[in-house]
Amino acid sequence: MIIAQRKPLEEIKEMVASYEKVLVLGCGTCVAVCFAGGEKEAKLLASELRMARQMEGKSTQIIDHTIQRQCEWEFIDPIKELVASVDAVVSTACGIGVQGMAERFEDKPIFPGVNTTFLGMPVQPGEFVERCQACGDCILDLTGGVCPVARCAKSLMNGPCGGSQNGKCEVNPETPCAWQLIYDRLAKLGQLERMMEIMPAKNWSTSRDGGLRKIIREDLKL
Amino acid sequence: MSETPFEPEITAFVCQYCGDMAADSAGWNRISYPANVKIVRLPCTGKVDVHHILNAFEHGADGVYVVACPEGNCHHINGNLSAKRRVTYAKSLLDEVGVGGNRLEMFHVTAAQGDEFARIAAEMTERIRALGPSPVRRAMGKSSG
Repeated sequence: MIIAQRKPLEEIKEMVASYEKVLVLGCGTCVAVCFAGGEKEAKLLASELRMARQMEGKSTQIIDHTIQRQCEWEFIDPIKELVASVDAVVSTACGIGVQGMAERFEDKPIFPGVNTTFLGMPVQPGEFVERCQACGDCILDLTGGVCPVARCAKSLMNGPCGGSQNGKCEVNPETPCAWQLIYDRLAKLGQLERMMEIMPAKNWSTSRDGGLRKIIREDLKL
Repeated sequence: MSETPFEPEITAFVCQYCGDMAADSAGWNRISYPANVKIVRLPCTGKVDVHHILNAFEHGADGVYVVACPEGNCHHINGNLSAKRRVTYAKSLLDEVGVGGNRLEMFHVTAAQGDEFARIAAEMTERIRALGPSPVRRAMGKSSG
């Protein structure tokens, strides 16, 4: 899922300082699961903003609402009237949701309430770790199901590097070396010979290097 | 004309098995505690949400505290530990807002500790009295001080 982190209150307060009536709009999918911008977090942020603005003698017209997804028109469109009734929106969705809202409501200031951080998973309650970099050309079949693109600090295709010490990465001694994980997993699968294969340089044009990415599925078009 | 001394409004979220029973114990042992404390009884302090705590402050509470079962003795296994973590998080949010995390506290008592329940109520009342009205309440112009 998309993992995000709430922005500091001070930053959000500053963004909406000149607006009277503000809607804090939560998103009920990824950012709800990572507890950054779901219904509960939108309520908390609205409450914090109201208190902070009350203390500054400013308008406390801060309302909150949550829709299932801010990255699909069918969930955004039903809140047209609600958005029209406020001066600005703080979206606690990921960057996709914020842009979805901004695209749909061209004349309304839409501000990000979270920092979209990475694609990952909760490995245990309260701990979220990056797992995928959406490179557009998955090689997990070759690396024992462990992604060197996202999990190796250097995104090495033929690791480990000399900075791998006792199974940990030199960038952060708490981070497991991705290539150590790959080695261990391939050993369990009985496929250690894969470590001897030289992986050619990856074609990064399917990743961010190729510019804006787009998928068209004619079969899904209306 | 002398000014009326500030009397804080304090909300206590208590679990029905320990905190609330302790309040009851205080009652039948004829131990009095400050009337500033308004008790909200919950099935378990694991039910305490950060939003409930912020809501209390937003609506004028000068102080809030949570009374849970002693660690290792939660009727619902670990609800009290969840509450403890949430109280810590809520304190950080209150600091961020400017209300002050020291207006919020977490306590543990057993059902029989009526005296401890009363001592906690007195301690929190004194603490909040010394801090003065919450900045939110002051801004609301609702301070009874």
